[in-house]
Amino acid sequence: MSDLLIFERSVPGRRGYWLPPSDVPAVSVGEVLPEDQLRAAQPPLPEVAEFDAVRHYTRLSQANFSVDTHFYPLGSCTMKYNPKLNERVAALPGFAWLHPLQPAAQAQGILQLLYELEQCLCAITGMAAFTLQPAAGAQGELTGLKMIAAYHRRKRRARSTILIPDSAHGTNPASAALSGFTVVQLASGPDGLIDLQELRRKLTKDVAALMLTNPNTLGLFERDIKTIAALLHEQGALVYMDGANMNALLGIARPGDMGVDLLQLNLHKTFSTPHGGGGPGAGPVGVTKALEDFLPVPRVRKVGARFRWETRGRATVGRVHGWYGNVGVLVRAYAYIRTLGREGLARTSRAAIINANYLKAKLQGTFPVPFDDHCMHEFVASLKSLRAHGVSAGDVAKRLLDYGCYAPTVYFPLIVEEALMIEPTETESKETLDAFAQALLAIAHEAQHNPELVRRAPQRMVVDRVDEVKAAREPNLRFSTGDAPKVPGTFGAGRTVAS
Amino acid sequence: MDYAPNTDAQLQEMLRTIGAGSFEELISPVPAELHARELDVPPGLAEAQVVALGEALAGRNRALTEMVSFLGAGCYAHLIPTVVDALSARGEWLTPYTPYQAEASQGTLQAIYEFQTMVCELFQMDVANASLYDGASSVAEAALLALRATGRSRILLSEAVHPHAREVLATYLIGSPATMQEIPTVNGVTDLESLGKALRDDVACVVLQQPNVFGCLEPMGQAGELTHRVGGLFIASVYPVSLGLLQPPGAYGADIAVAEGRCLGSPPAYGGPGLGLFTATTALLRKVPGRLAGCTVDQAGRRAFTLTLQTREQHIRRERATSNICTNEGWLALRATIFLSLLGPRGMQELAQRNVEKARYARERLRELAWIAPAFDQPFFNEFTLRFDPAHPVETVNRRLAAAGFAGGFPLAGWYPTMPQGSLWCVTELISKPSIDRLIDVLKKI
Repeated sequence: MSDLLIFERSVPGRRGYWLPPSDVPAVSVGEVLPEDQLRAAQPPLPEVAEFDAVRHYTRLSQANFSVDTHFYPLGSCTMKYNPKLNERVAALPGFAWLHPLQPAAQAQGILQLLYELEQCLCAITGMAAFTLQPAAGAQGELTGLKMIAAYHRRKRRARSTILIPDSAHGTNPASAALSGFTVVQLASGPDGLIDLQELRRKLTKDVAALMLTNPNTLGLFERDIKTIAALLHEQGALVYMDGANMNALLGIARPGDMGVDLLQLNLHKTFSTPHGGGGPGAGPVGVTKALEDFLPVPRVRKVGARFRWETRGRATVGRVHGWYGNVGVLVRAYAYIRTLGREGLARTSRAAIINANYLKAKLQGTFPVPFDDHCMHEFVASLKSLRAHGVSAGDVAKRLLDYGCYAPTVYFPLIVEEALMIEPTETESKETLDAFAQALLAIAHEAQHNPELVRRAPQRMVVDRVDEVKAAREPNLRFSTGDAPKVPGTFGAGRTVAS
Repeated sequence: MDYAPNTDAQLQEMLRTIGAGSFEELISPVPAELHARELDVPPGLAEAQVVALGEALAGRNRALTEMVSFLGAGCYAHLIPTVVDALSARGEWLTPYTPYQAEASQGTLQAIYEFQTMVCELFQMDVANASLYDGASSVAEAALLALRATGRSRILLSEAVHPHAREVLATYLIGSPATMQEIPTVNGVTDLESLGKALRDDVACVVLQQPNVFGCLEPMGQAGELTHRVGGLFIASVYPVSLGLLQPPGAYGADIAVAEGRCLGSPPAYGGPGLGLFTATTALLRKVPGRLAGCTVDQAGRRAFTLTLQTREQHIRRERATSNICTNEGWLALRATIFLSLLGPRGMQELAQRNVEKARYARERLRELAWIAPAFDQPFFNEFTLRFDPAHPVETVNRRLAAAGFAGGFPLAGWYPTMPQGSLWCVTELISKPSIDRLIDVLKKI
């Protein structure tokens, strides 16, 4: 974009913040700290006035699409509305300004909140116990896999294989590999679901667990889930469910009833906490009674009417977070669950499923859905037919930006050619869905009659299509202070902010 | 209440478009035996009720804003300029996701690029990523990187590295053949002699924390040199606020430097969310975990930003990725970026200087009490370890202080059983001289 970097706004001597005058005796740093421990020069950070920073970061924010400003149908990410109420609750000083080492007597309110949140998550999923510690879905997966390893070691079984369907999120195999497991991929069946024959073939005595997503990344419910779980359990193996798609299941079906042994929830998806441009999230892990002893510590306990931290665990995998997890995110999720309550949660998934099926119905005449069944909260369309016009799914994604919609997830799952993975969520209105369908159909028309327009998209953003190849070949990951700007700043001269 | 806008009439109309007679038809793939009963979750609440509930729960906590706190021990409360809250609350910052569509995410991408640059400048390191979960997992990821980069299997850590970081690393190593060995301390700092003895050519890395968990300054330069002599990587875990004055990790030859960066513009929030700062030398760039934003051009040749070097990442590489991470702590990284641009070079130096002065003043005053003595004779930044006379048990003193409106130093006995009377005190710019003087008055009456 043509906007300046904050470094290019720097003027020597400018400042944006003043500390109050010191009320303690001045100290000469050279006298109290050894010379060789001191920094030779001030860090070369930008020097800007407060208002410089305010205008800079306000203008910069306007170069973003966001849930608050644009429809954001990013499949598998559940980009629903993030209620402002939750921000208000999380900002209360009694939550935001708490130190993790304050004695439990000074933290009874937050401990109660965390305890009740665990109870709610247990009720929603049918699991027996939860840890709130993992900071994100992927860290939840990692925690679950460490627990699977610890469980088998305790049973004195050597198990080194994790089965993962070919439709899985990339984090699944990455988390499994990071935990020292070997990944064996399961080819999906013709219906896009787990193929029982393929599963039986690959279910050896070395299998520690199956990692599956339900509904899967095609938005389809694994109908045979109980049979699948029984097959795994017969072999002494476990079933790990990636709960990224839980927005389809609230009050509809519970993983604990399906035979799932462990799962992670992504509170930043299903439970509405803001994605923040890529975090912080939270990835609590729920388990059955048989796995409870392996959960990370510390765990919050209720003794009588009081709450406290229990730091020891008989078979615990230890700790995955510096403290207790992303508490600020957990407070928001708690506020959300209490706002919706049991009826609101159920209505949420119903509306999410209707919205997804409605959009699918509006689009599938033009964009076929390869594994066609009623979908749950999302669906995957194939744009293969546009190849004849030299237009790819990526091109359509970019063209959608020109129409004022963020793009759906593209080229995923890998088993669908030219995939467009669309998740509208329950918080979008029918009017928005209609407008989105109309935009996609208009782009399909453009692809046939003016494919160049689609291939050159986007044209209405603050920048045109970005050269990602150059970015990777000549990595420029930081501004070199002292460098003259490569492109003079002309913000305001051309297109400024995204519409 | 809920946040789904479509009315019952609209939902019926939508079901007709779908061609489904009822909602139940849509969920027919879910076997009937699995249909959930009513969830055992309390009924929903209106906004005013949720606010009241939140305030009641928050009111059962004692906020740091209601007392004078000397707690640090890895979680440091610092000033937050008003502008940080005001700007970061904008929906355009709070509600987008990972900037996969670069053209519609230039704000987030440029902010990450600025963040990476500022972290590099503060640390004097070549490369910074877009952030990891927190300081503890950053230590673990740094050690994993060292294992990958060296092909070796031993990790040496000082016992003065935060115990929670060591525990997280131990969890991350479950299922891995790599081993961890702790290096003891002498007089509050890592014992270089023990380190020297443990160093062999199978050591992948040495991890030290600066200042260390006791608040003491470590001999980073010497430790780094010893590590490099056997071909290992030197990993520094640092305290960003201290870098306004202290030597940055790049200056003492760290190969990887990490930190808990939450103290740059975000509140403690009971320890999370944190902000893992992760930096490395250029030589390690392609093995770095997590997201990286890069500067490039658009089709018209204008400067533009995008996520880059994604072939390291899980969504491309799957089981061969450098890490399973698929987010950063973007919103806190933004807050840190705004924080650092407001404070600038002089502000960061003054902030660090103020911490040094406040901590010196408090420690001098605390020494007036005959039953309190510094545990170590070492230079420190804003945190120091005291030893109380056995007649004054640390927990008892803290209870008395709590009644007087103070959070006293953190009792170290739980983490270091050899220090039953150890108490770790942190004094930041937020503590006023009158508060310190009042603390001494209260202690004198104990």
